[in-house]
Amino acid sequence: MIEIRNLKKSFGDLLVWEDVSFDIEDGETVAIIGRSGCGKSVLVKHLNALMYPDSGEVIIDGDNVFELEYVALRKMRQRFGVLFQGSALFDSLNTFENIAFPLRYFTNMSEERITNKVEEALDLVNLVGTGEKSPAELSGGMRRRVALARATILEPDFLIYDEPTSGLDPHTSSEINKLIISMAENLNITSIVVTHDIHSVLEIAEKVAFLENQGLCWYGTVEEMRRSDNEQLMDFITASEYQIRN
Amino acid sequence: MEALEKLGKYSLLLYRSLRSLYEVDTYKKNLVNELLKIGYESVPIVLLTGVFTGAVMTIQTAYQLEIAFVPISVIGAITSESLLIELAAVITSLVLAGKVGARIATELGTMRVSEQIDALESMGFNSVSFLVLPRVLAGLIMFPMLYIFASISGIVGGIVAGAMSGAIPPAEFIQGAREFFYPWDVTFGILKAFVFGFVITSVSCFKGYYASGGAEGVGNSTTEATVLSCIYVLLADFVLAAVFL
Repeated sequence: MIEIRNLKKSFGDLLVWEDVSFDIEDGETVAIIGRSGCGKSVLVKHLNALMYPDSGEVIIDGDNVFELEYVALRKMRQRFGVLFQGSALFDSLNTFENIAFPLRYFTNMSEERITNKVEEALDLVNLVGTGEKSPAELSGGMRRRVALARATILEPDFLIYDEPTSGLDPHTSSEINKLIISMAENLNITSIVVTHDIHSVLEIAEKVAFLENQGLCWYGTVEEMRRSDNEQLMDFITASEYQIRN
Repeated sequence: MEALEKLGKYSLLLYRSLRSLYEVDTYKKNLVNELLKIGYESVPIVLLTGVFTGAVMTIQTAYQLEIAFVPISVIGAITSESLLIELAAVITSLVLAGKVGARIATELGTMRVSEQIDALESMGFNSVSFLVLPRVLAGLIMFPMLYIFASISGIVGGIVAGAMSGAIPPAEFIQGAREFFYPWDVTFGILKAFVFGFVITSVSCFKGYYASGGAEGVGNSTTEATVLSCIYVLLADFVLAAVFL
């Protein structure tokens, strides 16, 4: 379980958000939504201490991640898989090597076992036969899927998706959404999805955290979101639907 | 204030590198790569720089001593001494600040802005041990070796240029070089190359590792890494001369 307690973050004089508190239960999928630049990606980078807050705590199974020693922090980070906005594949490695990378450094698996694991992972993301391709040879959607395979190869407890469908066509977005659902179901992973795509939220999430006005404006289940009378949340959803219709 | 903050960040980066020295498994593959890139791939430019520096030095020294009443073997002594004690280390390092420093800053800067460094950290990797430490270690190991290549090629260049221009026969050049040869000069040159290797690789790693702001930010980091490396090499050269000579 991830407990976020009174987080505050600013860059110099610019306050990003403050007093952000909510819990993420094991096995659930939480979408973090909000306008561009409201600090969604900044917030998720606090969950595994890639960024540190001005104040507040992120407690994972009883440990405040910001108080962990570096060695313990690295152990804790291995419990996370992260799908970055730009995929963050290593340019110098091909698809196979990118996915095998964590296995080679963090496990004692034989090369044969690693090859089998990577092929299974490629199969899971529908990319069989692309192992030899370099990241530059892949399309945006394929890169996301390779990054997803790499993020899940060590079977993490938590999976963070940072804008998994941004910049992708509706068909590819839908494929990525299906993958997110199947990952959550098949691997029983707790998923945190940063997005401003309401379609994706409705398709994949169980709970929603809405960031607005430099804080957490609304938090609840998707069903509660549908019935919510929170004006700012409704404005955001309506604007998204208007965008979809037009 | 900003300068102090940067100095603090730079020191912390070096401290984190030093602390991860024992994580050999993390950086050994990258260390081998960097030894090849910084060392092996720099040999041609270092040899070229050495040959031309030695050649020009010989011809210019001969020109300056034309009317002096000194034996011509002094030309060999001055050229070889200058190369060993100063030129081989400094000129080679200034050339490598452009070649090696720019590459390091660009590589790490691109990895930073495309979130590849975040990806490493998020996997539980020590990104400093994986990216910074092997580059600095390779600089410490390879720069002294490149200094030796530059010195030898410089002296050879001087001998050839002296013979071709008729300024000094090879035998007299070698005699002069041997008469005024002090082993300390080579030790001092190696020490300089060691320090310059550290300065160039660590400053470039620092600039690349903390790059921000997309392609423009990477460009700025690369420029700053190259310029600052050159400035710090010259400063370090002065400090070493003042302390050890």
